[in-house]
Amino acid sequence: MLSRTADCLYWMARYTERAENTARMLDVNHQTSLLPQPKEFLEQSWKKLLTISKLEDAFLSKYDVVTRENVLDFMIYETSNPSSIVSCLYSARENARVIRGKITSEVWETQNTTWLELQRILEARHQSDPSRLLEWVKHRCHLFRGVLHGTMLKNEAFYFISVGTLLERADNTGRILENKYEDQTALKVLNPKKGSDEGTDGNFFDFYHWAALLRSVSAFEIYRQIYSDQVTPKQVAQLLIFNKQMPRSLVCCVNELIPLISEVKNQQSKEIERLLGKLKASLDYSDIDEVFEQGLEEFIEVFLERINHIADEFSNTYLIPLATN
Amino acid sequence: MVQESTKLPQIPITSFFKGISLITMKLPFDEMLDAAGKARPQYQIFHNWLKQQSDTLMGLKRAEADLIFRRVGITFAVYGDDLGSERTIPFDQVPRIFTAKEWEQLEAGLRQRVKALNRFIYDVYHDEEIIKAGIVPAEQIYNNAQYRPEMRNVSVPRDIYAQIAGIDIVRAGEGEFYVLEDNLRVPSGVSYMVEDRKMMMRLFPDLFQKYRIAPVEHYPDLLLECLKSVKPDDVKKPNVVVLTPGMYNSAYFEHSYLAQQMGVELVEGKDLFVKNEQVFMRTTQGPERVDVIYRRVDDDFLDPLAFRSDTTLGVAGLLSAYRAGNVTLANAIGTGIADDKSIYPYVPEMIEFYLGEKPILNNVPTFQCRKTDDLAYTLANLDKLVVKLTHGAGGYGMLVGPASTKAEIEEFRKHLIANPDKYIAQPTLALSTCPTFVESGVAPRHIDLRPFVLSGKTIKMVPGGLTRVALKEGSLVVNSSQGGGTKDTWVLEE
Repeated sequence: MLSRTADCLYWMARYTERAENTARMLDVNHQTSLLPQPKEFLEQSWKKLLTISKLEDAFLSKYDVVTRENVLDFMIYETSNPSSIVSCLYSARENARVIRGKITSEVWETQNTTWLELQRILEARHQSDPSRLLEWVKHRCHLFRGVLHGTMLKNEAFYFISVGTLLERADNTGRILENKYEDQTALKVLNPKKGSDEGTDGNFFDFYHWAALLRSVSAFEIYRQIYSDQVTPKQVAQLLIFNKQMPRSLVCCVNELIPLISEVKNQQSKEIERLLGKLKASLDYSDIDEVFEQGLEEFIEVFLERINHIADEFSNTYLIPLATN
Repeated sequence: MVQESTKLPQIPITSFFKGISLITMKLPFDEMLDAAGKARPQYQIFHNWLKQQSDTLMGLKRAEADLIFRRVGITFAVYGDDLGSERTIPFDQVPRIFTAKEWEQLEAGLRQRVKALNRFIYDVYHDEEIIKAGIVPAEQIYNNAQYRPEMRNVSVPRDIYAQIAGIDIVRAGEGEFYVLEDNLRVPSGVSYMVEDRKMMMRLFPDLFQKYRIAPVEHYPDLLLECLKSVKPDDVKKPNVVVLTPGMYNSAYFEHSYLAQQMGVELVEGKDLFVKNEQVFMRTTQGPERVDVIYRRVDDDFLDPLAFRSDTTLGVAGLLSAYRAGNVTLANAIGTGIADDKSIYPYVPEMIEFYLGEKPILNNVPTFQCRKTDDLAYTLANLDKLVVKLTHGAGGYGMLVGPASTKAEIEEFRKHLIANPDKYIAQPTLALSTCPTFVESGVAPRHIDLRPFVLSGKTIKMVPGGLTRVALKEGSLVVNSSQGGGTKDTWVLEE
């Protein structure tokens, strides 16, 4: 397969996944912002949402103050923000258009219809209630995945798409967790009586806070099913980092990446296999207590660094045209 | 050196018009209805069917067609529009119908013409017999911007230069077809021929039970077979690719469509590189040899080392690999010398010269403004003529006399006087019309036809072509870039 084709497949998948995760994050923030809470905390949580995606500077060059409306506007509609939902869906569709011959017409038409419907939504822009739009984005991304799995040959093109999806998802889950955990720390400053691994009893806001985080990765019901217990930060982190069955957990993304890389093996792919193997081992031989000892924040930082290093290595090996000899 | 030919038969200008109904004074030929307003035999079933369809239904079907084209992404970008803005080409629901007999005549004429054109290109870059015979003046070749000295004495597989030809044809009357233009560089539109058929079958399947319509959907198979048959000699299983300028090209949909339908890679210049005079593409598994390139990039942009150096669309060193015979380009470099409008007037003589046959298809009489007499006639009759740039394409830079204002004509006159060599003039053709859905209902609109001729081991065609329709009332310009639409083209089986 052409390196450029692989590149487009990979980015089509990454942008689609990113659009979905951005929608998830915004939806959760929007929902929690409706709860009664200290004003400074509210502002803090929207600010965090920008930090998590490293977009604070870009935001401040466009807007004066961090408000719910401004952040939603910036993260949904702003075309100068490459991570806004509109930008992501545009990039996903443009990449799909380039390689429409390499995906099934159903996959292409799904991407194209998403973009065409978005045009209509943008014309009748309802900023006051973004929930429906965010719901729609998630729905379209689910549809994309379903059509992909239901119609594509399980061939090289499919593998490159899957790699893109998983790398983006691992990155996003890591960031969501890091962001919300920092929120929790901020909350503790505001409300210093509670320890971090205590339950949420007696503080309904804490409960909603963690429940929102779980919902943002479609894990609230899963949490209840697995733990049959109150929502505690430690167990939430355990679920999102170490649960092998949870499709958006870090370990699950890494485990699924390994066989994909061996499917698309070439002469230069040894290094990626080594890096992935190492990352998997570090997750396999660790547990949540160790993570909390080290500090969750630091753990996630290291994870993000490693997963993005793998993504770079992947680009160099497959997507940037190979050396000419 | 061959002198400018004085042997050319000097035809008195008036005789151009004798016996041919090309002038607009006459009512144009209607493809569906005869002079008495009755449907011609091949249209009768359709005509009756159409009368039974309600306006609402036809309106709904039209909306459905547009929706499908958009969803499927059968769109094109128009130069000058904002990036990312795309248009669909309007699709008309009234088909254009040829009888088997009409098509037989057309097909024979097209095969003959393309065969002669390929012989001409070979000749121009090798023995120059047609120049020596005094048929085409030498300066018309050597001073032509489309002549590529790089191609002198380069042999190409099977001596075929224009593997894919799109010949524009118009009709002026019963059995009276004229070739308007030969397109031998990178003719486009064939994807619309196939997609229009699919759309018609989807919208009105019942019509396909009432008629026996020759299929066209196997065009990509014929194209692939043709491309493989012109592979370099020493290659056993040729690796064929389609080379596109990229997604912002107006015909990108077609490039991608053809690559997908043929099951070959769609590449851009940056995907290819040349090493040891061989062409490779960059893949996820390392370099892979390329043998045949169906290129949809113009000559000028093919190789920055040989042609325009400011281009990123091409591949450095491609020309050297090509001249070494290690890769086939379809179409060849330098085919523009045969489809240039200044060479067009010589095509009928070419056919007689190379094939010893009478031309089956007519040329439109053409005044070459580089000639003093022709220029004088043209200047005196600007209001009646169509004047075109010899190197123009896409309906840009032309004057349609009868449809222009005085001011437009005078403005054009200045350009013509300043650069007469750059123009040719033709009588304004009474292009045939075909009933077409427009805002006010069904009304006649002018049409043309672009059939595609594939030359490889043998010459192959699918029965039909792309029918383009000028949607503006009275307009003669059918180009999609100028607001033209398309129709499905039916060739009936006996």
